[in-house]
Amino acid sequence: MDHNLYRQRRVVNSFNMVMSMLAVGFGLFWLVWILWTLFSYGLGGINLSVFTQSTPPPGSTGGLANAIYGSLLMTFFGTLIGTPIGILAGVYLAEFGERGWLAPATRFINDILLSAPSIVIGLFVYEIYVISVGHFSGWAGALALAIIVVPVVVRTTENMLRLVPNTLREAAAALGAPQWKVVMMVTLRASKAGVLTGILLAVARISGETAPLLFTALNNQFWSSNMNQPMANLPVVIFQFAMSPYEDWHALAWAGALLITVSVLGLNVLARWLGKQNNSQ
Amino acid sequence: MTTDTTKLQVKDLNFYYGGFHALKNINLSIASKKVTAFIGPSGCGKSTLLRIFNRMYELYPGLRAEGQILMDGKNILDKDVDINLLRAKVGMVFQKPTPFPMSIYDNVTFGVKLYEKLSKSEMDDRVEWALRKAALWEEVKDKLKQSGHSLSGGQQQRLCIARAVASKPEVLLLDEPTSALDPISTAQIEELVNELKENYTIAIVTHNMQQAARVSDFTAYMYLGDLIEFGDTDTIFTAPKQKATEDYITGKFG
Repeated sequence: MDHNLYRQRRVVNSFNMVMSMLAVGFGLFWLVWILWTLFSYGLGGINLSVFTQSTPPPGSTGGLANAIYGSLLMTFFGTLIGTPIGILAGVYLAEFGERGWLAPATRFINDILLSAPSIVIGLFVYEIYVISVGHFSGWAGALALAIIVVPVVVRTTENMLRLVPNTLREAAAALGAPQWKVVMMVTLRASKAGVLTGILLAVARISGETAPLLFTALNNQFWSSNMNQPMANLPVVIFQFAMSPYEDWHALAWAGALLITVSVLGLNVLARWLGKQNNSQ
Repeated sequence: MTTDTTKLQVKDLNFYYGGFHALKNINLSIASKKVTAFIGPSGCGKSTLLRIFNRMYELYPGLRAEGQILMDGKNILDKDVDINLLRAKVGMVFQKPTPFPMSIYDNVTFGVKLYEKLSKSEMDDRVEWALRKAALWEEVKDKLKQSGHSLSGGQQQRLCIARAVASKPEVLLLDEPTSALDPISTAQIEELVNELKENYTIAIVTHNMQQAARVSDFTAYMYLGDLIEFGDTDTIFTAPKQKATEDYITGKFG
């Protein structure tokens, strides 16, 4: 045995190990710093009035209630519009797209949409919807968010369905089940948790989006549940308040940022947990 | 093997995976309410042949069968044969247990619900009947609402047999049903095959020659897409006509 060669390998190994750990530390450092800043500035701003009062004019007290409500409303409708389209398209790609050119083409375009900058989607909705109705609105915001939801759900639905072993499809077909029944009763059911995870990840994605809402829902100083009117929402409020020269607006912006981060974190944890359920099945 | 007891008659059957000629001019008859075993080394086409009996190959593009398979005199490879109705009549159990992601009860009723409208109590009876047929009833009767995944491998495979039996097919195709199971589960399933042939025509693919000898009435030995020898199991295993068959069953080859 050549001990020199072995020692050399150990040295290389330790070197690489140290470099990898340094890289991990470097990455984590920024993440922890961001979270630390967020919590130290944001936590002080969180109080009951954040959830009960609407965004204030500079110098007076207020909260983020209208923005929270608007964000929830638009995220809800965005998900509601985008999810069925995404699931159906994902099912098509995974289960019916074996033959022909339509599925590969759709998959390619979906991948482009998935990585499209969200500001482009905002501009698109601004151009086709906001301009034609003549004003910003909650619906326009929900529409822009829905366009972001679709490719995420398409991708995860297709991937999750592809994880279902073909033997399961064969077993269902062997009983004389038509293909749509195989999909509805067996494969979709087998990947239920995975598909749900995809939806949660899409919700997490859109709940922090600012650019598409800037061009579509804009903002609203007051409480509004009218989806046909401009609507307050957390990301745009944070953007506006953080850029302002007012101290109390800054505090609210930090509180809003913390709220979004915590809820996105929560959604991700939930999605991971669901993913685990899927695997252990 | 006279015609009045023939359930499936294969005539000049050829099968292609794209350009690959996988089955060459197969001719044989599968007797009604008997067990026919298909043996041969991997890649000889025995599973391929089995998957033509319920046209499972049509799930995939580029696969093509030529020739005829007559079931009760009707060619099942005809374009006008409804593929789902055919599969309702020709059940199949696969190599790996494939319980659906639903309760044991729903697993058994899945195929039944597709083609029959039964009342709750009729369905309950059917489920019990099928699970008894598969020798699984005693083990699961108190947990029918539990997921099919909660069962052991051998139980899952018997659940799949119950599921196939429940819709009362005429033919049962078993594609290496015990290759993923332990010896005890294997013995249970072999016993089951013996009982099931009272009512069903059974075709079984197996890598295990002792299994073929134990459970089957007729045996077909296949090699590289050809049917080398076909006859009753006793003859094949004790006095095969072909040297190739003898080499395979005595373990000199394979």
